[in-house]
Amino acid sequence: MEELDGDNRVLLRARGITKQFGERKVLDNIDLEIKQGQILTLIGPNGAGKTTLVRITLGLLSADSGSISQRRNLRVGYMPQRLHIKPTLPLTVARFLRLGGHQNDAVIADCLKKLHVPHLVDQQMVEISGGELQRVLLARALLRKPELLILDEPAQGVDVAGQAELYALIDEISAEQDCGVLMISHDLHLVMSATDEVICLNHHVCCHGKPEQVSNDPAYLDLFGARTAENIAVYTHNHTHEHDIAGAVIPEEGKD
Amino acid sequence: MLELLTTDFFLYALVAGLSLALVAGPLGSFIVWRQMSYFGDTLAHSALLGIAIGLVTGSNPQLSIIVSSAIFACLLALLDRKPAIATDALLGILAHSTLALGIVVLALTDSVRIDLEAYLFGALLTINPTDLMWVIVVAALVAATLGRLWNQLLSATVHMELAQIEGAQVQRLNLILMLLIALTIAVSMKIVGVLLITSLLIIPPAAARRLANTPEQMAVTASAIGALSVITGLLVAFYADVPVGPAIVVVATMIFFLLYFYPTRQK
Repeated sequence: MEELDGDNRVLLRARGITKQFGERKVLDNIDLEIKQGQILTLIGPNGAGKTTLVRITLGLLSADSGSISQRRNLRVGYMPQRLHIKPTLPLTVARFLRLGGHQNDAVIADCLKKLHVPHLVDQQMVEISGGELQRVLLARALLRKPELLILDEPAQGVDVAGQAELYALIDEISAEQDCGVLMISHDLHLVMSATDEVICLNHHVCCHGKPEQVSNDPAYLDLFGARTAENIAVYTHNHTHEHDIAGAVIPEEGKD
Repeated sequence: MLELLTTDFFLYALVAGLSLALVAGPLGSFIVWRQMSYFGDTLAHSALLGIAIGLVTGSNPQLSIIVSSAIFACLLALLDRKPAIATDALLGILAHSTLALGIVVLALTDSVRIDLEAYLFGALLTINPTDLMWVIVVAALVAATLGRLWNQLLSATVHMELAQIEGAQVQRLNLILMLLIALTIAVSMKIVGVLLITSLLIIPPAAARRLANTPEQMAVTASAIGALSVITGLLVAFYADVPVGPAIVVVATMIFFLLYFYPTRQK
């Protein structure tokens, strides 16, 4: 992995990523870039290569060609798609969270409180619900004080009300800690409201841009069908920036 | 009872058995959590081949078991990384073929009369000071390594990729764990024998599971259950005149069933 120069807000940049499994080309010439304070969402149908792309950016898998460069000593917080704790392993939520490093109890309690699950701290990992598990996994990623959060379907197994709340929370965290977020999602309508940029992936980048742009893009409508797309409620959020009348982002000066 | 403690052979047996039981708790817990028990069996069976090779080449038997077990552990770690066939089938083939090959080779070297039963089922009461030293040194090494790498090993057990992203070198950790198991098995052949060693690694943690709320509690409880099994097993063997290795395993199994059927407390 190459290093980016330090005086930039770019955290990670991927150029021309291509990956083939046997005969099947999973990723074809993908570019992406994540900046500090930015939320970038990968959407696309099942088997579109979203998880593969994330695994490559994490360094878990090597690309056949293309390059990944990242900020020097980039601290990454990762939330995996699945976590299966075997019933033979007794593990409390607090102990699970401490596996990521040495945190004291107060920091862990604070983090769980922020994610609205303070009561889980002494529960066994095998006994908590799917939605609670997602929040615990997010807590593990957050406890590393990440500059970049990588989330693989963070709202999986969470009920509808909880999903909106979880995305709002991710949005809030990104703004508060000024960290970049790269996430994979299926929840189109929910993601649209909590992301700065969307990449619509189906082995290649079908379209990308602001959520409002993408949702009207023919490639996107083609991929997900116009009927689904129509049901998507798009609203413009403004946690880190504002838009002018033409829709362009107003640069913010003097904000820390 | 007091007289027993002053007899050398009983004392050696007791110290060797307790040293093994203490490290078998945490080490066996990892075997249970990672579902590696078949792997332990394979290593134990291949240790018999190690003895045979040691006899044929005329090298120090303890050293040849340790070296061959370590080599087997590395080979298995490699095979596990790039599985050509399902891991359980592969382990099944290796476990029994190495055991068979070991017995065949041992039978061919009939110039040296060796006690096969002692290697298969253990002969704790024949342990000598050199054997004891090996057990203590290896137990100390295993305990120190596990203590140092505990959090990382645990993290890699829970989620390998998450551990890797957080900076753990998971491949290296896997190899280290396999080597620790190989070493422990190599020095404990005389205690319970190749056919029973995995049970001493697995039964105490399995018995401890229901009493534990954290991984650490499970490891420590497993050590205690192992130690209790060793002491009781030794006494039973001594007074009832039965083989020590099997007696220890029977006691451990009884503790397991007692705890298994003991009613759970309501939360």
